[in-house]
Amino acid sequence: MPQTLANILHLGIKEFRSLGRDYAMLALIVWAFTLGVYSSATGLPETLQHAPIAIVDEDRSQLSTRIVNAFQAPYFRPPELIDQREMDRGLDTGRYTFTLDIPPDFQRDVLAGRQPAIQINVDATRIAQALSGAGYIQTIIATEVDEFVARYRGGAPLPAQLAVRVAFNPNLTQSWFGGVMEVINQITMLSIILTGAALIREREHGTVEHLLVMPLTAFEIMAAKVWSMALVVLVAAAFSLLVVVQGWLAVPIGGSVALFLLGAALHLFATTSMGIYLGTVARSMPQLGLLTILVLIPLQILSGGTTPRESMPELVQNVMELAPTTHFVSLAQAILYRGAGLEIVWPQLLAITAIGAVFFLAALRRFRRTITQMA
Amino acid sequence: MSVPVARLTGVGLRYGETRALDAVDLEIPAGGMVGLIGPDGVGKSSLLALVAGARRIQSGEVQVLGGDMRDRRHRRRVCPRIAYMPQGLGRNLYPTLSVFENVDFFGRLFGHDQAERRRRIAELLESTGLAPFAERPAGKLSGGMKQKLGLCCALIHDPDLLILDEPTTGVDPLSRNQFWELIGRIRAGRAGMSVIVATAYMEEAERFDWLVAMDAGRVLATGSPAQLRGQTGCDSLEAAFIALLPEERRSGHRALVIPPRRSTGGTPEIAIEAHDLTCRFGDFVAVDHVSFRIERGEIFGFLGSNGCGKSTTMKMLTGLLPASEGDCALFGQPVDANDMATRRRVGYMSQAFSLYRELTVRQNLVLHARLFHLAEKEIEPRVAEMLERFDLARVQDELPPSLPLGIRQRLSLAVAVIHRPEILILDEPTSGVDPVARDGFWQLMVELSRNDGVTIFISTHFMNEAQRCDRISLMHAGKVLDSDTPQRLMEKRGLPTLEATFIAYLEEAAGLAGKPPAAAASPVQAAAAVRPQRSSFSWQRLFSYARRESMELRRDPIRLTLALLGTVLLMFIIGYGISLDVEDLSYAVLDRDQTTTSQAYALNIAGSRYFVEHEPIRDYAELERRMRSGELSLAIEIPPGFGRDLKRGANPEIGVWIDGAMPTRATTIKGYVQGLHNDYLRELAREAGVPASAGAASSEVRYRYNPDVESLAAMVPAVIPLLLIMIPAMLTALGVVREKELGSITNLYVTPVTRLEFLLGKQLPYIAMGMVNFLLMSALAVLVFEVPLKGSFATLLLGALLFVTTSTGLGLLLSTFMRSQIAAVFGTAIATMIPAIQFAGLIHPVSSLEGLAAWIGQIYPATYFLVISRGVFSKALDFTELWGYFVPLLLTIPLLTLLSVRFLKKQED
Repeated sequence: MPQTLANILHLGIKEFRSLGRDYAMLALIVWAFTLGVYSSATGLPETLQHAPIAIVDEDRSQLSTRIVNAFQAPYFRPPELIDQREMDRGLDTGRYTFTLDIPPDFQRDVLAGRQPAIQINVDATRIAQALSGAGYIQTIIATEVDEFVARYRGGAPLPAQLAVRVAFNPNLTQSWFGGVMEVINQITMLSIILTGAALIREREHGTVEHLLVMPLTAFEIMAAKVWSMALVVLVAAAFSLLVVVQGWLAVPIGGSVALFLLGAALHLFATTSMGIYLGTVARSMPQLGLLTILVLIPLQILSGGTTPRESMPELVQNVMELAPTTHFVSLAQAILYRGAGLEIVWPQLLAITAIGAVFFLAALRRFRRTITQMA
Repeated sequence: MSVPVARLTGVGLRYGETRALDAVDLEIPAGGMVGLIGPDGVGKSSLLALVAGARRIQSGEVQVLGGDMRDRRHRRRVCPRIAYMPQGLGRNLYPTLSVFENVDFFGRLFGHDQAERRRRIAELLESTGLAPFAERPAGKLSGGMKQKLGLCCALIHDPDLLILDEPTTGVDPLSRNQFWELIGRIRAGRAGMSVIVATAYMEEAERFDWLVAMDAGRVLATGSPAQLRGQTGCDSLEAAFIALLPEERRSGHRALVIPPRRSTGGTPEIAIEAHDLTCRFGDFVAVDHVSFRIERGEIFGFLGSNGCGKSTTMKMLTGLLPASEGDCALFGQPVDANDMATRRRVGYMSQAFSLYRELTVRQNLVLHARLFHLAEKEIEPRVAEMLERFDLARVQDELPPSLPLGIRQRLSLAVAVIHRPEILILDEPTSGVDPVARDGFWQLMVELSRNDGVTIFISTHFMNEAQRCDRISLMHAGKVLDSDTPQRLMEKRGLPTLEATFIAYLEEAAGLAGKPPAAAASPVQAAAAVRPQRSSFSWQRLFSYARRESMELRRDPIRLTLALLGTVLLMFIIGYGISLDVEDLSYAVLDRDQTTTSQAYALNIAGSRYFVEHEPIRDYAELERRMRSGELSLAIEIPPGFGRDLKRGANPEIGVWIDGAMPTRATTIKGYVQGLHNDYLRELAREAGVPASAGAASSEVRYRYNPDVESLAAMVPAVIPLLLIMIPAMLTALGVVREKELGSITNLYVTPVTRLEFLLGKQLPYIAMGMVNFLLMSALAVLVFEVPLKGSFATLLLGALLFVTTSTGLGLLLSTFMRSQIAAVFGTAIATMIPAIQFAGLIHPVSSLEGLAAWIGQIYPATYFLVISRGVFSKALDFTELWGYFVPLLLTIPLLTLLSVRFLKKQED
C-alpha cells in the first residue's frame, strides 16, 4: 500500500515536470484562467444591455420626443433616428435588434383618446434580446404615455404596487455570472484535454511500454495522472476565483470558497477520468482533438451554465443528470451566489462523487484492457 | 575529383550551450562515395543537414554544387539535385501510405508526369526488391525495408548528390548487403553522382572511396580507408579510428576481453525458458513455436532479419504481449503480466527510445529508481554511479531529444539496469551507437554477467557483438533456424565469419540462395529525363500535398467519421438542447393574506405558461432556504390585509423575490412578473368599470423573421457557423505540429515544395471536408429541423466556402507556432469554442458586447458568417444585401495564410 502511494506520487510528479516543459501549454493555461475569464465576464452584456435600437419618429411631437429619450443606457444604445426606408435594411443587416415606428399625429391621437399604435419591429433571430427587450419597450412606451396623459389630465396612482427584489445579485450584473461560469468551463475543458493528451503522448512516444515493464499497476498509472492534472487545474481555478473573479472583477462571493473547491476537486475526479477514457478511445492526437470537442460542447452548453436547464427538453434534462458538470454548475451557483452551505449542496456533492466513482471505474476498466495494446 | 561537390569553410553550429560543429573546413570530392565516421554526437548529422540545406547555417560558409547554401535562390535551384535521407528508420515516410504511394508522393513533388512516375517507381521498387510489397503501408514494413523505401523516395528525382544519414542503422546484415549492392548499381549507372554517407559500421566504411573521421565537432582526418590505416599503422579501420582520437578520449578504451563463464557445477539454474511460444496478429504469425532455455548468467544473443519476430518474442517474455500459444517462464515462474515481483527482477530496454523526453537525463534515472523502489538513501549514490558508469555525467541536465542517438541508448541501458535486475532483456541496445561506446557497453554487460550472475538476453545486428555471446539463436520469419555457440554455428556451415554464416542461413531460409540480384537494370536510364520545373509556385506540388493529406484522412476512418458525423451530432444536441425561451420556471407563493383577493392574484400567476407552481411557502425562513437551494426561481409574498387595502385604495405592495444567480433568466422573470401584474391591474380596473389610463396608446410588436419566436428557428442558422469553425479548425490544427513531432517535416525542408504550397496543400482537403459538413448541416436544418431557407442558397454556399477557408486557415496558423500537439489541441479549443459561443453573436449581438469581448467579436470571422447565415436562412437576403459581410472574410483568408507562411520555417533552426 505505501508503495502504491509512493508510485502514484512519483509518477504524478513526473507529469508536472512534463507539463512544466511545455511553455505554450502553460501560457494557454494562464490565459484561460485569467484573461479568458476576465473577457468572458466583462464582455458579456446583461440580457438587455446596449441593445441597438432605431426609431422612425414621424410625429416629432413632445410625446414622441419623450419616448425617444426614454430609451437609455445601459439597457439601450442611444436610439438612432432614421427614416422609414432605412428601417428594414437596418434590421436585415443586423444593425438594430429593434426598430420603432411612431406614426404621424401620434400625440394628437393619444390625447383625443383614439388609441394610436406604435409599431415595434423585433429581430426575432436574436432570441435573448428579442424576448426581454420587447417587453421592456412596451412597458417604457406605456409608462411614458401614461405619465404624459396623467400630467395632462391628472389621475390616480395604481391600485397595487409591485416591489421587485432581486436576490443574490441585486443589480443583475452579468459579470458575476459570466466570471464564475467561465471558471467552471475552463476547469472542465482543461482537465479533460490535459489527462487525455497526457495519455496519448505516452502512447505516441512509446513510454507506455516502459511503464508496463516496471512494477506498476494500471491503477497506479491512471491515479497518478488523475491527481496531478486535477491538482494543476484546481490550483489554477482557485487562483482564478480568488484573484481574477473576486479581486479583479470584484465579484462578491456569497459562500465558502473552500466548499466550492471541495466540489471542484470531486468534479475533477470525474472529468479527469473522462479524459483518460477518451485517451483510450482515441488512437492519435488528431482523433483526441475531435473527440474532446464532441464531448465538451454538450457539457458546456447543456449543463445549465449557458442557458437555464428548466427550459430544455425533458429528455435533455434527464440525460444531463448523468453529466458531472450539471451538478457542478448547480453546486457552484448555490455556493458562490446564494451562499449555500453543506446542508444545502450535499445532494450535488453526493451526485458528483457517485458519477466520479463510476467514471473512474469505467475508465480504469477500459484502461486496463487497452493499455497492453498501446505498447 | 577536380571540383568538390561541397566545400565547408569555418562552419560552426550550436544548439544552445552545446557546440555541434566547431570551425569545420572540409572539401568533399565529387563523384565518389564519401563516408563520415565518428562516435555519436560529434556532429555528423548536423554536417549532413547543413549540406542538404535542411538546417539553417549559423556561421561559416557552405558551398554545395557550386553555390552558397545561405542563398535562398541557390537552395531552390539545387534542391532538386540533392536527395537527403535523414536518420531514423523511415522518419520522413508516411506510415499510413503504401509503399507505392510514398514514392509516388515524392515523384509528384519533383514534378514528374504520371507515365514518368510509373516507370521510375516500377524500376526503383524492382531493384530494391520492394515490388511485391508495393501495396503495404509503410508503417508495417520492417526496419530494413523502411530504409530501402526511404532510398527509393530519395532517388526518384535522379539526384546528383545523395546524402544518407546512417541509412543502415538497425538494419539486418542481409538487408544491409542488399542495400549497398543497390547503391553500387545505381552509382555504376549514374556516373558522376556523389554519395555522402554517415555510418557507425566500420566494415561498411571500409568500402568507401574517401572518409572523413570526425570527433567533437571537428574533422580529425580525411583520406581513403587505406590512407587512414596507413597513417595510424593499424590493420583495421576500427582500430585506426580509435588511434586517431585525441589521447584523453582514447584512454578509457581497451580491447574487450570476455572471460569464459565459470561453470557452477551441478544442474545449471534456468533463468529464462520458452516453450513453443507463438504470437499471432490476425492471420499473421509473428512468432512461430519458438523454444529456448537460457541459464543464469548466460549472455544469449538473438539474431535475425528485420521483422522476424525478435522484438515480439522479447515483449512476450516481459509480459507486454500475451502469448497466443505456448508458455514462457522466468526463474521457473510462468510470465504473468500482473506479477510485480518478477517485473522487479527484470530490466528491459525497447528498440525505440521510450524514456521521457521532457525529463532530463538525471530526472529520468531518479524517476526509475523510485518506481523500482530503491531505498531513498540509496537513490542518490546509485544514480551517481550510473551517470559515472555510462559516461552520462556531462549531459545529466540535458533533455534526451537534444542528445545523439548513441547517448540516448546509453541512458536507456542505464535506466534498464538501475534496479540491479537479475535478467536483462535488451532489444537492439547498440543500434546507432559508435564502436568505442559499444565496447563500453559490452564491458559493462560482461561485468554484470560474469560477476553478478545477471542473465542477458540481447538482440543485435552487429556480428562482432554476436560473436561475444555465449550462445546465439538465428531467427527468420518467426522461426528459430538454429541455436548454438557462435563458434559451432560457423563450424556447421564451414564458413570463416559469423556474418557469412548468418547470411547463408538466412538465404537458405528465404530460398534466395543462388538467385541473382533482381533487375540489374537500375533506374539509371532515367538520367536523361527532363529536369523538373523550378517555378516558384507549382500547382502540382500543392496538389501532391493535398492528395497525400486526403489519403491520410481516408486511412483514418475514426477521424473521418468523427469529422463528418460530429457536426450532425452536435447540431442535434445544440438545436434541441439550447432553448432561450425561458419557461417552466419554478415559483411559490407566501400568502399572508389568505383571502379570495390574494388567491385571485396567485391564480393569475398560476395561469401563466411560463411558471410552474410549487407548494406554498409558510414563512420567511422557508422562503430564504428554498431560494438559496435554487429550488425556487421566484417567490411572491402577498402582504397581510392585501384584499382589504386594495378595496380601501391603500395601495398595498406585493413583494417579489427573484433569484439573480443567472442574470439572463432573472431579467426575463422580471419582465414576465411585471407583465402579469399589469394584466391583473387591467382586469381589476375593468371589473371596477374604471376607464383605464393604460390603453391611451398601444404598441404592436412584430417579431420579424421568426414570428413565433422559436429558439430552434433562431439557433439552427447560428449553429452552422459555430460548428464550421470548431471542427475544421481542429482538423487542421495538428497538420503541421504533428509532422514536426513525428519527423516528416524534413520533406518540407529538403524538397522543392514551398511553404505556401505546403500549407495550401494541407488546407485543401479540409476545406472540401468542411463544405461536406456544411451541406450536411444545411440539409439537416431544412429537412429535419424544418427551418426554411428563405434566401439565396448560392450566397450561403459562397459564404460557407470563404468561412471554411478561414477556419481551416486559423487551425493551420495555430499549428505552425505550437510546439506540441497537446498545446495545439488546447489552443484550438480555446481559440474557437469560447469566442464562437460567446463573442460571435450566437446569443448576444456583437454590437452589445464591451471591451475585449467586443474587440474579439469584431475581428472574429464567425461573426460575419453568422450574419450571412442568419440573413440567408431567416431574413431572405441575397448577395446584394450581404456583400459587405463577405469582405472581412475575404481579407482574413490571405492574412491568415501569410501569417502561417511567416511562422513556418523552410529550414530547421
